[in-house]
This record gives sequence, structure tokens and C-alpha cells, in this order.
Amino acid sequence: MSFWVTTKRVTRYGIAGFVRNGFVSLAAVLIMTITLSVVTGLIIASAALNSTLTELTNKVDVTVYFQLNATDEQIADIRRSLEGLPEVASVNYVTREQALADFRERHKNDQLTLQALDELGDNPFGASLEIRAKETSQYENIATYLNAQQEAQTAVGASIDKVNFFQNKTAIDRLTAIIDTSRNLGLAVALVLGLASILISFNTIRLAIYTTRDEIGVMNLVGASRWYVRGPFMIAGVLYGAVAGVAVLLLFYPVTFWLGPGSERFLGSFNVFQYFTDNFPILFLIVMGSGIALGVLSSYLAVRRYLRT
Amino acid sequence: MIYFDKVTKIYYDGAPPAVVDITLGIDPGEFVSIVGHSGAGKTTLLKMLFAEVSPTEGSVFFGSREIAGLSDMELLKLRRNIGTVFQDFRLLPTKTVYENIAFALEVAGKSDEDIRADVPHVLDLVGLSDKIWSFPHQLSGGEQQRVAIARAIVNQPDVLIADEPTGNLDPVNAHDVVEILKKINDLGTTVLLTTHNKTIVDAIGRRVVTMDQGRVTRDEKMGKYVL
Repeated sequence: MSFWVTTKRVTRYGIAGFVRNGFVSLAAVLIMTITLSVVTGLIIASAALNSTLTELTNKVDVTVYFQLNATDEQIADIRRSLEGLPEVASVNYVTREQALADFRERHKNDQLTLQALDELGDNPFGASLEIRAKETSQYENIATYLNAQQEAQTAVGASIDKVNFFQNKTAIDRLTAIIDTSRNLGLAVALVLGLASILISFNTIRLAIYTTRDEIGVMNLVGASRWYVRGPFMIAGVLYGAVAGVAVLLLFYPVTFWLGPGSERFLGSFNVFQYFTDNFPILFLIVMGSGIALGVLSSYLAVRRYLRT
Repeated sequence: MIYFDKVTKIYYDGAPPAVVDITLGIDPGEFVSIVGHSGAGKTTLLKMLFAEVSPTEGSVFFGSREIAGLSDMELLKLRRNIGTVFQDFRLLPTKTVYENIAFALEVAGKSDEDIRADVPHVLDLVGLSDKIWSFPHQLSGGEQQRVAIARAIVNQPDVLIADEPTGNLDPVNAHDVVEILKKINDLGTTVLLTTHNKTIVDAIGRRVVTMDQGRVTRDEKMGKYVL
């Protein structure tokens, strides 16, 4: 018997079984819909968490303030050495003039302060370097490095006025701890929920196939090969996964649309609807792929129990 | 054609043997009724023939091949060459009558054209042409058993095993089923029948093997139902 004839027959029986065992199929699809919703929810939640944490991380930096008399060469020296550090993501140079302009902009509604500034006559602000690390936990190393530079009795070291890390150390350490905990907790919750949902789906399909164990026995008896018995159940598994996947994607469209504005207000710049629509192709692949894989694998394993020769 | 050589079956340690040291030969084209009380070992004996149960001791031969030595693929071929009918019909409940019978042809690798020709033909033989698109639950017990017989014979097997096929049927349906089995036997198929029905066995008037407590106690060429 040719491969295509067998495939055609197995597919036909798989579809017929899916339709004719309507109630069992409905139960399996509903459970898989819940599983895939959890998976999709976890993906979106993890993206939201990451986006929020990245945003928080970006708000943290270490700033080196230079003496008023620091020369461009001294600042360039420090900048070069900082950029050579593996922990450093970026270094932004703020000139004295820029610092003054920023101050004026920040206090444009505070005439008293601006008047006091004008009375000074000279620019009281030193230049500074704003340093961003790749990880928040690395700020301490950078600050320690700068501190060592400052304490070294060199001209370059003497040009550093202060490093603001040590003033913000407690806040940065706490934020680092929160970020690490959130990432680990998020991963743990995702793993537990994901695993639980997969097991529930697997068990539902196993129960669905348990109800047909006598049928499998009859197929064995008539002389059907293992794949001929297993095939239709695996096709039904594909259908459980595919129908549940489509249901989840259809469900998430209005739900994320509804949650979109609220999520943006709550999470800063992360809009769940925008994330859902921007990443639809990859979400489609993940949801359909994991649904179909789960359905097929569950069916394969469940039927194996009743197959014998 | 079929030979049980000193066959014993013990299902688990400590259990009484279901079949004890049976040696029995069956020739092609025979109609053999196997009778005995419940638990006498009739069904175990038949199950060893299509390898649903393997003997604890001894060997079962189909033709020149010992069944225990068959590969998985050879075992599938063997099963396609042995039709089976049971008291509880064992039809596929979510398949129509047509699909139930076609299934046996499909696993044997028949083409769609052959299947379309053979299924109505065999249904005609068992008198169920008008039920071709029904599901098993829409049929009476007698009709379901006739579908099971149709499925069992559609591949024109060398042997038909009928394990208590009339157990769930009224006398009229039981008589019809036995008539079909006789007709199949007349066409050359070896038939092995187990039953508790004395009237049926006596009416068939062919070889009768009597079993008691796992042993063959009587084997007569033109036998009667005697326990």
C-alpha cells in the first residue's frame, strides 16, 4: 500500500474521529485552549516584565562630575578608559555648556534660581560623563574603578570632582535585587504554569484515548499496523492543537485590544495590544506549533499504551 | 493446518492453568465446535491462535510456522488471515458499517476500487446491504454480529474464529449466524466455533472438541454437545 494512500486513509479517519467524538473533542480542545492561553499569556507577561525592567534599568546610570578646570584631554582620557571596560554599555559626555543649558531648562519656571545663577556670572557647572552599564549589578565595579582613578595621584584622577554612584548606591542595589528577583520569579512561575497546563492537556488527551482503548484492541486484532492505529489519533491530536490555537489567537485579539491602553498606563511604554499585533507571526507560530506538537505527542504516547502486537 | 503441540497456559504465578498440555490438530476446511463450561479454556485456546495470548509451555503452529517465532510484521499478516468474531461483536463504534468492513480491507492493503466492490458484496452475503451507512449503535445485536462476521470474512481468511458468537443473540438470530458460518465453511474457510448452545452444536453435526478444566476430554468427528 502506497504511503499516500495510507496517509489519505489515516487523515480521513482522524478527521472523522474528531468530528464523530464531538464531545470528547470539545473537551480536549477546551483544555488545550486553556493551556495555550496560559502559554501565550506567559509570553506576553514575560515581554511586559522584560520591557519594564529594561526601562527601569535604563533609568539608572553613574555620573562622573569633573572639576571646573578639567581639560578636554583629561575627560577624553577617562572616557576612553571607561569605554574599554567590558561592563560599560555607553558613555555620554555632557559639556559644561550643556550642563548649564540643561539646568536652565529644568528651572525655567523658577526665576529666583535663574537670577541667582546669573549673579554668579560664571558657569558653575562642571562637565560630566553619564555611564550606562550592561547590567545594573555592574555599576559598583564601574564606580569602584572611577574611585580608584580619583584616588590615584594623577592629573587625570584629580580632575574628577565626584562620582554619584555612592550617593545612589542603596537605591541601585535595591533595584538590582528587585530586577533579579522579578526575572527569576517570572521564570519559575512560567515554568510551573507551563508545565502544569501541559500535563493537564496531556492527561485530557490520554483520557480521550482511554475511552477508545477497546477500539484500539479491535484494530490490533484485525491486523492493523501500529501506524495505522496510531495515525488517526495523531491527526485528531493535530486538530485539537490547531483548533485550540486558532481559538486562542482569536481570543487574545480582543482581550489585548481591551487591555492595551491600560497596560501602557501601568507598565510605562509597553502596550500589550501593540506587542500582540507586532509579534503576531511569531506568536502564531509558537501557539499553533506548540498546540499541534502537544496534541500529536500526547496522542502518540497515549495510544502507545494500548498498542500491542 | 493448525496444530497445538502440548500447549499449557498459566496466566500468572499461582493461578490454576487455563489450558493444560493440549495437543490438537485441525485440518483445512474443517468446522470445529469447541464446547465446555465457562472457564474450561476454550477462549484461551483460540486466543493463542491469533497471538493475543502466548502459551506458557508448548507451541502453536499455523501452517508450518510456529506463531511464537513470527516477527511483528508476520504477526500482522497472520491476523489478516484469521477472521475473528466475538460475543460482544467488537465493532468500531464511531465507524459506519461500511467503514468497519473497509477497515479490515484497508489494513490488508487493498485498493479503494477493490474495497468499493468487496464491501457491498460481503454485506449482501450476510444480508445487511440496506444497513451499509448505519453506525453500530443503530443496529440490533444480530445485525451487529453479522457485520462482525462480514468484517471477519471480507479478506477471505483461511480461518474464521467465532468465540461465542451467538451468546448475546436470540434463537432466530443465533440460527442465522450459524447458517452464515456454515455457508462460509462450505466455501472452504476453516471455522473454529466456541459455544454453550447445545441446539446449535447438535444441528451443525460436525467435529466437536469438548474441554473441561483446561484439558480436552472428548474429540469426535461427528460429535454432539456432551459435557
